[in-house]
Amino acid sequence: MYYRSMFPRDLLAELERLQREVPQTVEPGPSIRGQKRGYPALNVGGTPNAVEIYAFAPGLDPATLDVQLEKGILTIAGERKAPDVSEQATVHIGERFAGRFRRVVSLPDDIDPNSIVAKYRNGVLHVSVQRREETQPRRISIQ
Amino acid sequence: MSDTNQAPKSADATREDAALLPPVDVLEDAAGITLYADLPGVPKDRLSLHVEADVLTIDGEVVLEAPEGMELTHTEVGLPRYRRQFTLSKELDAGKVKASFEHGVLTLRIPKAEHAQPRRIEVQVL
Repeated sequence: MYYRSMFPRDLLAELERLQREVPQTVEPGPSIRGQKRGYPALNVGGTPNAVEIYAFAPGLDPATLDVQLEKGILTIAGERKAPDVSEQATVHIGERFAGRFRRVVSLPDDIDPNSIVAKYRNGVLHVSVQRREETQPRRISIQ
Repeated sequence: MSDTNQAPKSADATREDAALLPPVDVLEDAAGITLYADLPGVPKDRLSLHVEADVLTIDGEVVLEAPEGMELTHTEVGLPRYRRQFTLSKELDAGKVKASFEHGVLTLRIPKAEHAQPRRIEVQVL
């Protein structure tokens, strides 16, 4: 049978853990989709030439990852399987995400949808989208 | 096996040692414990596992490939480090831990010491 251990964990250890987690959890504004900590966690950055998206999606088969770009909206979707639990096993801690996921990022207007590269390495999906050349900042020489 | 995330000793140590708590699954069966930990972005050579006395420490450093001059505009993973500690109970054999690490997921198998393995006891009917 698959069941969770019903005894609470050490209270002090839990308080210490909370203390560590709270500052990370109460960052600005809750998302309209409820939980702030979605799977995969996303970091988004940019340079004058490109937009870089990092999706922290460990434990996936890269072939099952679905990355789509449509009208400036980048969608990352897939499914993560739960670990195999034999019938006699007890689950003491079950914090890792399992199931289907989808995360959506709206990209800036100046990106070039034809130059997009996605790499999966060490459990992080890195999507790099180039900006269109004509919109890149350039220095105007004064005559 | 329980969490022992000790409070940092001083304010300086807090800043230096600040780390994210990776989510884990811990399963136990008759022969031992299996632990899965999500450590995305940690290359194999930056992952450190060690057992000291009966405390197992998982420590990993995140290394991401980033173009020069990149500015982060949205951050959900705000620290480049994961750390978590567990206290192993006596019946676990810390010397025989097997670890594998693939696509950012660490799998640890900690067997129970032989004397702690369950034995079936025959009931004699007299």
